[in-house]
Amino acid sequence: MKEKGTFRIKKGMAQMQKGGVIMDVTTPEQARIAEKAGAVAVMALEKVPADIREAGGIARMADPEVISRIMEAVTIPVMAKARIGHFAEAQVLEHLGVDYIDESEVLTPADEQYHIDKHCFTVPFVCGARDLGEALRRIAEGAAMIRTKGEPGTGNVVEAVRHMRKIREQIRRAVQAPDEELVSLSKELHAPVEWLREIKKEGRLPVVNFAAGGIATPADASLMMQLGSDGIFVGSGIFKSGDPQARAEAIVKAAQHYDDAGVLAEVSRSLGESMPGLEVNLLENENRMQERGA
Amino acid sequence: MASTLKIGVLSLQGAVSEHVQHLAQCGEEAVEVREKRDLERLDGLVIPGGESTTIGFLMNQAHLLDSVKSLCRDGMPVMGTCAGMVMLARDIEDGKPEQPRLGLMDITVKRNAFGRQKESFEAWLEFKGIDVKVPGVFIRAPLVTQTGDNVEVLARLQEGPVAVRRRNMLALSFHPELTEDLSVHRFFLDLCRMTGQQ
Repeated sequence: MKEKGTFRIKKGMAQMQKGGVIMDVTTPEQARIAEKAGAVAVMALEKVPADIREAGGIARMADPEVISRIMEAVTIPVMAKARIGHFAEAQVLEHLGVDYIDESEVLTPADEQYHIDKHCFTVPFVCGARDLGEALRRIAEGAAMIRTKGEPGTGNVVEAVRHMRKIREQIRRAVQAPDEELVSLSKELHAPVEWLREIKKEGRLPVVNFAAGGIATPADASLMMQLGSDGIFVGSGIFKSGDPQARAEAIVKAAQHYDDAGVLAEVSRSLGESMPGLEVNLLENENRMQERGA
Repeated sequence: MASTLKIGVLSLQGAVSEHVQHLAQCGEEAVEVREKRDLERLDGLVIPGGESTTIGFLMNQAHLLDSVKSLCRDGMPVMGTCAGMVMLARDIEDGKPEQPRLGLMDITVKRNAFGRQKESFEAWLEFKGIDVKVPGVFIRAPLVTQTGDNVEVLARLQEGPVAVRRRNMLALSFHPELTEDLSVHRFFLDLCRMTGQQ
């Protein structure tokens, strides 16, 4: 008897990605570069977040043809993004056979009130979070992996740092809180109390937690790993840079040797231009992707 | 009372902490192996699940392939789970021939043999040498498609062998580190203990 789509299988898939780097790609060629550089998975997209930002308008699930061609090009897992709340896009992605769905604020939300009920899918989901409450709401909906939201497509790591620190700080609070304070903490964080109890017991999120949104350099990857990330998503940072192959390899090595400044100095040498960056404070509110889908 | 074993867990990428915790629960000392010097005086080595292309890339970068190969050839027990099985296999079906790996075990494996993630599954297994059924977690799992001389099949599904042993090497398609069951780790530790006594 084979049992598919259990929560153990879904979150186990993310556990296999730990310590690794997941890279945004838009073509089979880029996917092959990512795989060769040691990426643990690729995110198949039509446009990287920096270009989505520039193009404006409504950003949707990628063309299935683009996704299928990327799936054929590599043997590592392929992820793809669906709009927040757009379960029909997610059904299409599951049918295509992608290995993970990112219900992502990088795309324009389809539902401003509800996220996708991720329990009723066999394929696992990753969702973004800015704090513990958001992370636990997504897990309660069935997410099997969490990532920080950061501010995508900016090449500016400041928001990812803020979100990772916030989540860690709130986990420490939950761990230290006496049992009688958990219900009120759950109210404050808007988080289901049963998951808070779980966190108090285990001392960590019940699923893998990656860093995402604005990571552009090997040192950025090291910073996020030292802050407690289980792994790294790099969106625009690789294929918007001067030498994608070298940068992809450097970030993979940085994620593994994150606490070795000697290795970091070596891999950061002569990497060429980083992606152009954006100052997050200057973004108008409607241009801040992280505010979408809380 | 037997002395504590010192077991290395290859810690480049993947389900490292899960193996470390299982080994600790079995009462043994687990050591994270990141570079050559971490391989000193080990009683055994675990190659965890993860992405085999990434683990191969990083093993190559860290110059670990040759040292691990020679230790295994000298008889150090090694257990590879999922990606670890792929790393141990001499041949990979439909794989990337240039994928760096150890290639020590006379088996052929097919990567992602059961399909993509939505086909991943859990199943109970009869495991030769373990009295009770073992919970098997198969995630984009490989399958053994050919076995050479002296390769013993310890567990199989309808599709083919999912646990094989050749002398000091144990290769599993599934993830014993993702359940609470310790029986497969204990099986491997018995192998390490027997090897140590020889």
